Amino acid sequence: MIRFNRVSKIYPNGVVGLKDVTFQIPKGQFVFLTGHSGAGKSSILSLILAEQRPSEGEVRVSGYQIAKLTHHEIPRLRRRLGIVFQDFRLLEYHTVEENVGFALEVTGARRETIANRVMRALTQVGLASKARAYPKELSGGEQQRVAIARALVNDPHILIADEPTGNLDERATRGVFQLLQEINAGGTVVVMATHNMELVRDTGYRTIELRSGRIVFDSGVDEDGATR
Amino acid sequence: MRHRTPFGEAMMTFKRTPLLSGLSIASIGFSLFTIGLFALVALNFQRALATLAERVEVVAFVLRGTPTETISQATQDISAFPEVLDLKFVSPDQALSRARRELVEFKEAYRDLEVNPLPASFEVRLRPAFRDAEHAQAVAERLRGFPFIEDVRYGRDWVERLDRLRNMAAAVGAVIGLAFAAVAIVIIGVTIRITVLQRSKEISIMRLVGATNAYIRGPFLIEGALKGVTGGILAIAMCWLTLTLFRRTATDTGAALAFFGPTQMLLIVVFGTAIGLGGSLLSVGRHLKNV
Repeated sequence: MIRFNRVSKIYPNGVVGLKDVTFQIPKGQFVFLTGHSGAGKSSILSLILAEQRPSEGEVRVSGYQIAKLTHHEIPRLRRRLGIVFQDFRLLEYHTVEENVGFALEVTGARRETIANRVMRALTQVGLASKARAYPKELSGGEQQRVAIARALVNDPHILIADEPTGNLDERATRGVFQLLQEINAGGTVVVMATHNMELVRDTGYRTIELRSGRIVFDSGVDEDGATR
Repeated sequence: MRHRTPFGEAMMTFKRTPLLSGLSIASIGFSLFTIGLFALVALNFQRALATLAERVEVVAFVLRGTPTETISQATQDISAFPEVLDLKFVSPDQALSRARRELVEFKEAYRDLEVNPLPASFEVRLRPAFRDAEHAQAVAERLRGFPFIEDVRYGRDWVERLDRLRNMAAAVGAVIGLAFAAVAIVIIGVTIRITVLQRSKEISIMRLVGATNAYIRGPFLIEGALKGVTGGILAIAMCWLTLTLFRRTATDTGAALAFFGPTQMLLIVVFGTAIGLGGSLLSVGRHLKNV
């Protein structure tokens, strides 16, 4: 699903984002990306999202080689991905259902199917009753659930979650995390960047730890370097 | 559930950011108003020049004793010149009675004449496109070629001065007009850029969920075009109001001033729309490159 092969990312200002990073994430896996701020988590996520291109090495996501993506292919790749951010990034002037439906509309989905699919996604995150509410009328946890519904509505192959619980209290964190686990149980790859080590320790999911742009620990790789 | 359409999104922007939308329409309106006002001045100046140019006339004096048949034939020949709008033959008697009527200070002198000293003449009025020194001179030269023509006059100095005035007005008009248009484009571009920046978060979300650039541009282009149309109409209304106020305060000169015709008004609206569209296209395009 995702393959990084000897990837380095050096930004125009000379800052090294990633240095010689290699890993693979197979179908159906849940992976934590951990590390301090500036360790390289965001660089990995932005390469997966094709917001950046690698300076060296090869990044492959869902069959697309990021370095060779054309402008037309970038939206196609992103429609296979679901994205959740720490700050939710919802459209404040649109209702919950419009925020979720919007991710379908941009893909050119048939209008008559949109309402059903939106309700299905909102039901999955437990927010069907708040479909007509506006984001500012919801709690942080609920807003994050809307963002997850938006990420889910396209049946993504991969769900990218960048510190999705960073702005949430413990209860909301557990709820959001449980939701991500359920999504993963359905076969979707989940890549979650987090600082929350408690969450990481409590689960047996694969953890990739980064420091100064390098992988310093990968629980999913055996001693021979093969992905488990 | 409300479905997003490019037009619906554009309309929603007006609804949710009325102040910013109002300001951008006002800035487009005022920018086009300055251009419109200048165009109005230019239009009336051109009209005044055209009225002056109507006086451009070539007069060819005919030798005494020229037979009537020759004059009839010449009338046909001269009328066939491409530059000629109309031609009038003035007989010596007609010239004398006109002189008596118009030159009142010489009334006494003309009354006691025993012999009419005034020659017959052809008075040639030129078509609007040929009312300049070059064409007037060309017609005069051709008239001089007729053997029965004694002399030709067309107020050379005056026509040349009129030409210079016209050329200067056109050059100054073009420079000032372009400068106004450039300023308007910059102001409108900045205004639209503010709108785009204000919605940069929305644009980045659209991109991340897989929206194509064309999908993102759609509402902005419609919004820009709508602002351009509204700004254009606003500019025409302000020009009309200004002219009306001017007509009321300066009744003598004001009454003679003309307003834009339907084509010119349509041009202002089309120009506004084009600026709105172009400004949006550039601003969104630049923004999409950077996010």
